[in-house]
Amino acid sequence: MSSHFSIIESSAVPLPMENVDTDQIIPARFLKAVSRENFGENLFRDWRFDKSGNPIADFVLNDGRYSGEILLAGKNFGCGSSREHAAWALKDYGFKVVVSSFFADIFKNNALNNHLLPVQVSDDFLDSLLQAVQNQKDTPIKVDLENQTIQLLSTGAQESFEINAYKKMCLLQGLDDLDYLLALTPEIQEFEEKRVL
Amino acid sequence: MTSTPKTPKTTFDKIWNAHIAQSKPGFPDVLYIDTHFIHEVTSPQAFQTLKDRGLEVARPQQTVATADHNVPTLNQHLPIQDALSRFQVETLIRNCEEFGLELYGLGHPNQGIVHVIGPELGITQPGSTIVCGDSHTSTHGAFGAIAFGIGTSEVGHVLATQSLLQYRPKTMKIEINGPLSPGVSSKDIILYIISRLGVSGGTGYFVEYAGDTIEALSMEARMTICNMSIEMGARGGLIAPDQHTLDYLQGRDFSPQGEDWEKASTYWLSLRSDEGAAYDKVLAIDAPAIEPMITYGTNPGMGMGISQTIPALSDIGAKELPNFQKALKYMDLKEGETLLGKAIDYVFIGSCTNSRIEDLRLVADLVKGKKKAPNIEVWIIPGSKRVEKQAQEEGLDQIFREAGFELREPGCSACLGMNEDKVPAGKYCVSTSNRNFEGRQGPGARTFLVSPLTAAAAALHGTIQDIRQLL
Repeated sequence: MSSHFSIIESSAVPLPMENVDTDQIIPARFLKAVSRENFGENLFRDWRFDKSGNPIADFVLNDGRYSGEILLAGKNFGCGSSREHAAWALKDYGFKVVVSSFFADIFKNNALNNHLLPVQVSDDFLDSLLQAVQNQKDTPIKVDLENQTIQLLSTGAQESFEINAYKKMCLLQGLDDLDYLLALTPEIQEFEEKRVL
Repeated sequence: MTSTPKTPKTTFDKIWNAHIAQSKPGFPDVLYIDTHFIHEVTSPQAFQTLKDRGLEVARPQQTVATADHNVPTLNQHLPIQDALSRFQVETLIRNCEEFGLELYGLGHPNQGIVHVIGPELGITQPGSTIVCGDSHTSTHGAFGAIAFGIGTSEVGHVLATQSLLQYRPKTMKIEINGPLSPGVSSKDIILYIISRLGVSGGTGYFVEYAGDTIEALSMEARMTICNMSIEMGARGGLIAPDQHTLDYLQGRDFSPQGEDWEKASTYWLSLRSDEGAAYDKVLAIDAPAIEPMITYGTNPGMGMGISQTIPALSDIGAKELPNFQKALKYMDLKEGETLLGKAIDYVFIGSCTNSRIEDLRLVADLVKGKKKAPNIEVWIIPGSKRVEKQAQEEGLDQIFREAGFELREPGCSACLGMNEDKVPAGKYCVSTSNRNFEGRQGPGARTFLVSPLTAAAAALHGTIQDIRQLL
């Protein structure tokens, strides 16, 4: 993974629905691929397209007034299946950040492993971001990973967010867990040799 | 002589601590993985990572593969019709050959749903760490193991290093006591818990299920409970090993034998949570209060006792209201409605939640000598080739055929609608699976999650029934 994550300044796409599960993000019938590419085409497939493949007008991704690299999502985003294809689909579509007041565990890990940044904010701050985007569709939001802040640029309102120091380093430096674990091969072998039962 | 007082530990603590290969402040723990299951859908990209980086599988003997998610459940002896599915299954075969991994693929007598075959072969063992690129890996926690679902990147990490970087989750104890009412099974217990906690009530926690209700349950019933831990967001769920666990495992293909068995079983029994061990959260459940459960909405938390009615809009908080209304619209149901007597179109008995021999026996007992309702389709999908064989040996297949059920071959099937087994749009399916998400069983399909008994009753009547009235 080579991309270095630092500051994202972008408009946002609002999807305030709570408990969006990974079956909605990418339905199982699109998981037959053996590569990581092109899942963005089927992101939110059954909310985005009707049975004949025509765009459903009132779904936010089909609303030309909204665009950007930031997805504003309702509470408990990414629950359900562990399919990493959900993170691949969001990333492939062009999202770099997902903002929510709560993330499901496995999705959060998968997102971080793909350098898609999950930003957890308070319910109130999420509401204020959603409100601002609804009032002005292209209002810019700034996500600063180094300083762990998310800011609504029009008003300056901001909140800091938590991210584990290790994961932050991975994103800033373009590293991943595999590099880290491979470097620990001697320690892992030593553990195997020492353990009883 | 004085002994040093030890801090009482939970089962979770004991297993986690025994698997930390490295712990460093500010960094996640390096958790050693004993057993890794893989399947065709979430592994190909992980193998690709290994190939791209020129890596080997670190411990090939600790990974076991099967094909389950994307396989047909009819004519498994023939080449897979769907080209993409065939390619995905063939990719698994090639990867297992290339990296030297055991594969229980189509046609193998050990093939089946990954969370069914692990336990039945004795690969799933107490005290171990078990992962798989599938959220229902929590099933294996029934044996007193730390078992959880991972993403494909992490599948690659385990293949390459037999380890994962993990943050220690918080612990929650759910204690269930008292006798279960007739007609109420372990599926109802877990649906009840999820309806109480909601789909994110367990997020960040590893759950331990305890109490005399749990202790009285068979291993297969325990697996159903641990299986659905993820549906409340929990990292996993486990039950301390006891005599039931030992009785189930003794003599299985991969269980330790002789002296090794004695040593292992003594260790396994020592994993019980110590008296006074601390949990971050404790919840008590009164088993006699649980009735047969059914879901009415589009997530597993939207469930109720079968005699209850769908909540009124006025009972739903403002934040939850859009979801609730969207769910009822999708399901074409009304607030305040009862589901009893509701006409249904399909019944699906299967999935890693409820496709084991005990599930099939429960269904067979109820439907023996009877016929399914004429207007519906009933699919019954055994969890594995071994379950299928056992069902044949017990004559259950005959009972199902006489009842007009379609008994198919093992796989995940209509639980996730990845193969051909899809419920058509707008149709109602009473299902023993684990997820009622929009489109889960096929685009537009409407799912009611229930126990095998409630599913069997629906199959006979073509409508939703209170099983207690039929016993």
